[in-house]
Amino acid sequence: MTVHQTPADQAEEILTGAQIVVRALVDQGVTDLFGYPGGAVLPIYDALFHEPRLRHILVRHEQGATHAAEGYARSTGKVGVVLVTSGPGATNAVTGIVDALMDSIPLVVICGQVPTHLIGTDAFQECDTVGITRSCTKHNYLVKNVADLPRVMHEAFKIAASGRPGPVVIDVPKDVQFASAPYCGPAAAAPLHHYQPKTAPDPRAIAEAAQLIARARRPIFYVGGGVINAGPAATTALIELAALTGAPVTATLMGLGAFPADRPAWLGMVGMHGAFEANNAMHDCDVMIAVGARFDDRVTGRLDAFSPGSKKIHIDIDASSINKVVRADVPILADAGQALTALLAAVRRERPDPARLADWWTAIDAWRARRGFAYRGSTEVIKPQHAVERLFALTRGRDVYITTEVGQHQMWAAQYFHFSSPRRWMTSGGLGTMGYGLPAAVGVQTAHPKALVIDIAGDASVQMTIQEMATAIQHELPIKVFILNNEWMGMVRQWQQLLHGERYSHSYSASLPDFVKLAEAFGAVGLRASHPDELDGMIETMIDTPAPVILDCRVERAENCFPMIPSGKAHNEMLFGDQGADLGTAIDEAGRRLV
Amino acid sequence: MSDDIEEAPASAYDMGHAVEAEELATFAVLVDNEPGVLHRVVGLFAARGYNIESLTVAETDRNAHASRITIVTRGTPHVLAQIEAQLEKLVSTRHVQNVSRDPNGLERELALIKVRGVGADRIEARALAETFRARVIDTNAESFIFEVSGASAKIDKFVDLMRPIGLAEVSRTGVLSMERGEVTL
Repeated sequence: MTVHQTPADQAEEILTGAQIVVRALVDQGVTDLFGYPGGAVLPIYDALFHEPRLRHILVRHEQGATHAAEGYARSTGKVGVVLVTSGPGATNAVTGIVDALMDSIPLVVICGQVPTHLIGTDAFQECDTVGITRSCTKHNYLVKNVADLPRVMHEAFKIAASGRPGPVVIDVPKDVQFASAPYCGPAAAAPLHHYQPKTAPDPRAIAEAAQLIARARRPIFYVGGGVINAGPAATTALIELAALTGAPVTATLMGLGAFPADRPAWLGMVGMHGAFEANNAMHDCDVMIAVGARFDDRVTGRLDAFSPGSKKIHIDIDASSINKVVRADVPILADAGQALTALLAAVRRERPDPARLADWWTAIDAWRARRGFAYRGSTEVIKPQHAVERLFALTRGRDVYITTEVGQHQMWAAQYFHFSSPRRWMTSGGLGTMGYGLPAAVGVQTAHPKALVIDIAGDASVQMTIQEMATAIQHELPIKVFILNNEWMGMVRQWQQLLHGERYSHSYSASLPDFVKLAEAFGAVGLRASHPDELDGMIETMIDTPAPVILDCRVERAENCFPMIPSGKAHNEMLFGDQGADLGTAIDEAGRRLV
Repeated sequence: MSDDIEEAPASAYDMGHAVEAEELATFAVLVDNEPGVLHRVVGLFAARGYNIESLTVAETDRNAHASRITIVTRGTPHVLAQIEAQLEKLVSTRHVQNVSRDPNGLERELALIKVRGVGADRIEARALAETFRARVIDTNAESFIFEVSGASAKIDKFVDLMRPIGLAEVSRTGVLSMERGEVTL
């Protein structure tokens, strides 16, 4: 196969492969990276030793490095960088790489590899990294010639960050790290690939969408993580469009924060555990404006009953997301920022009259009055919903970032914690990775040293990456781990109750560690709240402690996450916690077979 | 999982496109010629559950580092549109065209066909080969190797006719395609 060399006349100086990696990171504006050394990556670590402009956060497991880089990327808008060794270093990183692919998070993951002459010999700590990661990266490289390395490094950053963002893996054999070649900077490196995502919207589609929106009587904006990825241009235009049209706004799990939750137009999250008013509005709308959202199955529920009467405008940077599950009447392939800005101008020309939506808001207010997130309070035991509500109330006005693990606590966090700006909410949406939140908090705190960074966790999830507490201690990252401890894999238990005849197969968290002592063993501060009366005090102590904290919040053990669209049901068939006795029969035999 | 799928309600994963009929399609894909690029394309088909009926690949322009992959697949119009979008999404992809949609599209395949026979069978095989414009590229006392090219259906038919005579072995290239006229991919 052909080798494409960087033109020699653009060379500035001769560097080793390891130095090229480190220099390229600096030239790409990288200031922090997350990694773990090993035999095949030692030359790069040696180069790192001599580079004061890069801060390396040593994790305790390579999965932690990828999630930390995800948290870093999502909370800053920059590319997250990971450095791991060959073999197990690379395979341990795979979960985080898939997570980043599913949630469109820009990462550059640099892996060491055995020397080129040993590739294919089953050498020590060899694995087919590019083969393993080919289907779970946006793109990947095996660099066999050091002359290609500067170009590959710079191209990787461009690919990771542009278009629909995603992870890029660069596999660098050890002999390539030792070999020397001319280095060139980002501007001089000629890209090999013709990768040029389309970002400007088709003006005719914008005009058609604007007319639909202006004529709508029951419009809704349904926005996803793409709006956040598109940056302030998208979120600003969205707020103005909502104000101009008077239309309500809902968001996916990934889109929380794209629209301020304190505005009257905000309906709350859509989907399986979303707001009653949001789901009903999605079902009954006449024009749906989907922006940077991909009609995930957790969002749509039963597809053949999904928003049956609406015209759908779908704005997305990824052509394969449009018409994938739901047919778009007006597809707009574009960057969300450019599309929403153009749409705002076009809708303004149509002079929409918000008064046309009076009946729509009457209907929405009636759904709101159902108070879908209401739950039975308690003076004896801490309700998990109450714990999140208090955490939200006691952190208002602070510079706060929230990460989560995956399960019931994640849904309660999405329901009861509210975000008024983007990039404040980091959660594993597509892949649903238990163990995401703690290392993600490490990454967020690295980027925002002075901020209050809280991982809202579950007792089961947090044990999957609990070792990253040592990372937080070592690097003086004062993250707060707020565990809603119900002694169960709560979401598994809930499904077993609803779908499997209350047969709680292997979902009890037996032999739970004492999280207070565990925190202390790591050198962190351990706190416990067991009674509603001590909840506020413990949350305040947690916030005021200038060090990593684990707060073991003992909550109601059998609480379920509601409201809920049961599997196989439509948006307007939500199930509520106060339906009580009906719960066991609410999901029929056929629904049980779905997930 | 139960087997009474017909009675099940629409799943959260139901695509809602089951009513559409499947059709054959040929995609011409121009890609950067680099290690692993074929695996990217084949892996995409495997990962997303698309069929590959035939596949051909070769470097077509060494200076431009370009390879051309021709894939014959089968799917509903909705699935074919997804395949096209997914192929275009690959960073290594330069251009994708569903050439079977194009009335100007040409499709050709080449096959090598070994036939065993003696006596009257040999005469019959030669006569049929002439009808199909198949060339004899190797022969001995008891066998021929024919080279035949054309539309896949023509080759299918030739193979069928050779079967009773003494069909021994078939090797096919898979489909190649190109648009008529001066336009290019």
